[in-house]
Amino acid sequence: MYELIIIGAGPAGMTAAVYTARKKLNTLLISYDIGGQPLATAGVENYTGYQFIEGPELMQKFEEQVRQFPSDVKIKIGQRAESVSRIDRGFEVWSDKGETYQAKAAIFATGKRPRQLNVLGEKELLGRGGTYCAICDGPLFAGEKVAVIGGGNSALEAAESMIKIAQQVYLISLTPLTGDQILIDKVTGASNLAIFLEHEVLGIEGECRVEGMKIRDLKSKQERELRVNGIFIEIGLIPNSEAIKGLTSLNRLGEVEVNCANETDVPGLFAAGDVTNVPEKQIVVAAGEGAKAALQVHRYLQRLK
Amino acid sequence: MAREVKIYTTPTCPYCKMAKKFLDDNGIQYQEFNVAEGKAAREEMMRKCHSLGIPTICFDDEVLVGFNEAQFREKLGL
Repeated sequence: MYELIIIGAGPAGMTAAVYTARKKLNTLLISYDIGGQPLATAGVENYTGYQFIEGPELMQKFEEQVRQFPSDVKIKIGQRAESVSRIDRGFEVWSDKGETYQAKAAIFATGKRPRQLNVLGEKELLGRGGTYCAICDGPLFAGEKVAVIGGGNSALEAAESMIKIAQQVYLISLTPLTGDQILIDKVTGASNLAIFLEHEVLGIEGECRVEGMKIRDLKSKQERELRVNGIFIEIGLIPNSEAIKGLTSLNRLGEVEVNCANETDVPGLFAAGDVTNVPEKQIVVAAGEGAKAALQVHRYLQRLK
Repeated sequence: MAREVKIYTTPTCPYCKMAKKFLDDNGIQYQEFNVAEGKAAREEMMRKCHSLGIPTICFDDEVLVGFNEAQFREKLGL
């Protein structure tokens, strides 16, 4: 039995692992991928110590630091936690590979994943012009017409990268733009950008690949068809909390409820990062929360002795 | 017999780097096509693999989109 299982290897999980390694806790870090959401972040300009760094590069630095402690932190990548349950003196984690792991304490740090539009054509045309990863697929649409859906930072970042290479970019948001002003300033005014605020997406069209989409003005109800070859869906995120649903309290958004010490309402089960109800979803915040959770786990295990 | 592996990438794609690292670490030879460099590779990817998602990986005639280590292992018999 491990002393601690950390589920998720994004900024929160990896920072927690560094802290528990330094406390010499026998730790298992299990995750589907290593790096989490920053892997799909083109540039990070607000992680203190770096004026600019690419998300994947920052996560590689996190990983290198975790891998400094191979005797304290065992790492299993490529496995998704399917469920977490209480057992005598701890917790048991079932992975999607049919493996089970036990530990005295757990930190749940599984982050978030892209929210889907849930419109006709979205599923069918995913990977055929429809994408949730602008940093991956953006260059495919150089010289073409594309749409970016969303009004937050991710959507603005996608729009910013696409106005440099696409023939025409449409930015479509249900609400006024909600991202950082610095990003709004970067995109507005571009000659090849058209912004449709308070518009909803009705459907994505195309036979073998995306050929267009239909949108509707929320106020006037007027519908409009846009001919595009690429659609970048950046409408926010939903928490990856399914594995502990029923074990501990989730809020109405599905986020794990924690107190300021990262404790859930189950003794020994802690949570950190974007999967929790902590308000700001930032790499630096998630890393700090991971550190806090790890230190709390150390105190919890000392009390058990 | 070793499978013919082709991977279609863009320079900015982190999952492409992860996929190539996995192939390198396991000694798998592959051909890489940077689809950001021109339309020809993009069109070939669309024609042969019916995909516009990056990374697209062809194991002989079988196609995967995205990097999933378990699926890679299955396709390569690792």
